[in-house]
Amino acid sequence: MFPDYFRFHVAPHIDSFVKWMTVAWGPAFDAFSNTVLSMLLRIEDLLLVIPWWLWLTGVMLISWLQTRRVRYPLALGLLLFSIGVFGLWEVSMETLAIIITAVIISLLLGIPLGIAMAESERFSAVLTPVLDAMQTMPSFVYLIPALMLFGLGKVPGVVATVIYSLPPVVRLTNLGIRQVSADVQEAARAFGATRWQMMRDVRLPLAVPSILAGINQTTMMALAMVVIASMIGAGGLGELVLIATNRINVGDGFEAGWAIVVLAIIIDRLTQGLGKRWETPKT
Amino acid sequence: MDKDENFVIEVEHLWKIFSGCVKDIDVTDHSSLARAEEEGAVAAVRDVSFKVKKGKVFVIMGLSGSGKSTLIRCVLRLVEPTAGRIIVSGEEVTSMNKQQLTDFRRRRAAMVFQHYGLLPHRTVWENVSFGLKLRGVSREERREKAQEVIEKVGLVGWENHYPSQLSGGMQQRVGIARALVQDTDVLLMDEPFSGLDPLIRSEMQDELLRLQNEFNKTVIFVTHDLNEALRLGDQMAVMKEGVIVQAGTPQEIVTQPVDEYVERFVQDERRVADILEKEEKYSGIKVVDSGKSKTRKIRAIGIVRGDKVVP
Repeated sequence: MFPDYFRFHVAPHIDSFVKWMTVAWGPAFDAFSNTVLSMLLRIEDLLLVIPWWLWLTGVMLISWLQTRRVRYPLALGLLLFSIGVFGLWEVSMETLAIIITAVIISLLLGIPLGIAMAESERFSAVLTPVLDAMQTMPSFVYLIPALMLFGLGKVPGVVATVIYSLPPVVRLTNLGIRQVSADVQEAARAFGATRWQMMRDVRLPLAVPSILAGINQTTMMALAMVVIASMIGAGGLGELVLIATNRINVGDGFEAGWAIVVLAIIIDRLTQGLGKRWETPKT
Repeated sequence: MDKDENFVIEVEHLWKIFSGCVKDIDVTDHSSLARAEEEGAVAAVRDVSFKVKKGKVFVIMGLSGSGKSTLIRCVLRLVEPTAGRIIVSGEEVTSMNKQQLTDFRRRRAAMVFQHYGLLPHRTVWENVSFGLKLRGVSREERREKAQEVIEKVGLVGWENHYPSQLSGGMQQRVGIARALVQDTDVLLMDEPFSGLDPLIRSEMQDELLRLQNEFNKTVIFVTHDLNEALRLGDQMAVMKEGVIVQAGTPQEIVTQPVDEYVERFVQDERRVADILEKEEKYSGIKVVDSGKSKTRKIRAIGIVRGDKVVP
């Protein structure tokens, strides 16, 4: 057995730290909480204002513009239609609003962090283990402190989702920038590009496909988080899944789960198409 | 030492040592250098000095790994020299600070790369005017200047295409146009035609000679192709393991190779024959004395070029 005299716990210290934060920084967290909430509600309103048939035609049109085929837009339209058929339209929009909010915050934080990682070896060395931890730490562990700091409801759900979905866009931004061909960078340097010009005109634009892949991944991760986030009252489809599971209503659970999958497919296809459009034309 | 106005590029005792972790190498001290090399440092450029007169093409020749690419990169300090001085148009490049260096790269010297180094997400004209953009020139002016040069290199009609839609030769024309539009005195060319197939290569060499006639730049041209060196060079240097083993006019080097290494370059019968053939074609003069012996052939080159052959 591991000797007892080595035993030391950080748990009580973390407890008291979180408690202290809740009290001391309460107003700051409340202010943040309110900002995120108002942003989220606005997005949700916007999503619900758009009538279902406009959604349907919109998704199908974008898909058609990307693929120029009838099959794909038709399939996506049918999938979206099925959400409404199951009576899950409003709840799905609620979920979508949470995802969009979380993704916007993730991108606002993640892309600059990725750029900083690519620019500084030291920062990269510091951030990499943090990202690893964010991805491997069971999400329930930070669900509770998020709850304590931001109260019950959608905001801690968004925060937890951001923590979970942030790493891919940071990593892929960093990777994309680092993979930019050394030859092109050398040429730019030879013509007198400053560090800032190099980033703006060469490295970032050439990293865009990778960054878009990161955005796609981040969105998918956010979607995967909705069920877990619903445990602290984020609502949406995740809540339905949770209730159905607790009551052993297999059918209800399937319907809500189906809606999540449909959202995932639609978002994935549409954001992937974005990446393809960026690629430079080839003969 | 009085500086001759005619020399646009002066390189004095240039060293580049890739040392990894080894620091404080004193190149003037033999034991220090030997110790560093024992610990894994590599001297890519060793005590190289040369001067290039205004409007002349200086060709640096050597096998891969001889340090010629490192040397040409030192001129723009894309590779930071370890020791020595580089003076371009009277300005000492090696002592410039960051800002001066940026300005020097933007206005004084332009470079053409073997790998083209074009921006794949920019069109031909945007690539051509990239250097002007870095300088902060307005879009209309960039467009106008790019158009002029695009006409000069024969890319009219391709302005709005992307590099990936162009063949290798055309991509390098973009690379050359991008350098010409900078309107610099000095042009640095690092094996610009080595990636092209032989026919396109010789076509591009003609093109370069024509452009050189018009613009009269001071050029450093790196190549491993003797044929190319002889056609383009006014002066020539052969490098081996970081050292210039021989420098002089192409004729001098062909006729009087100083050592076996240089001789291997120039003795290649097939190449010499090639050159003869090309020389005949381009000069229109028939080489009558196409005898079997090597020296005769080399004499013939001299005759065709109108130069005096010494041996």
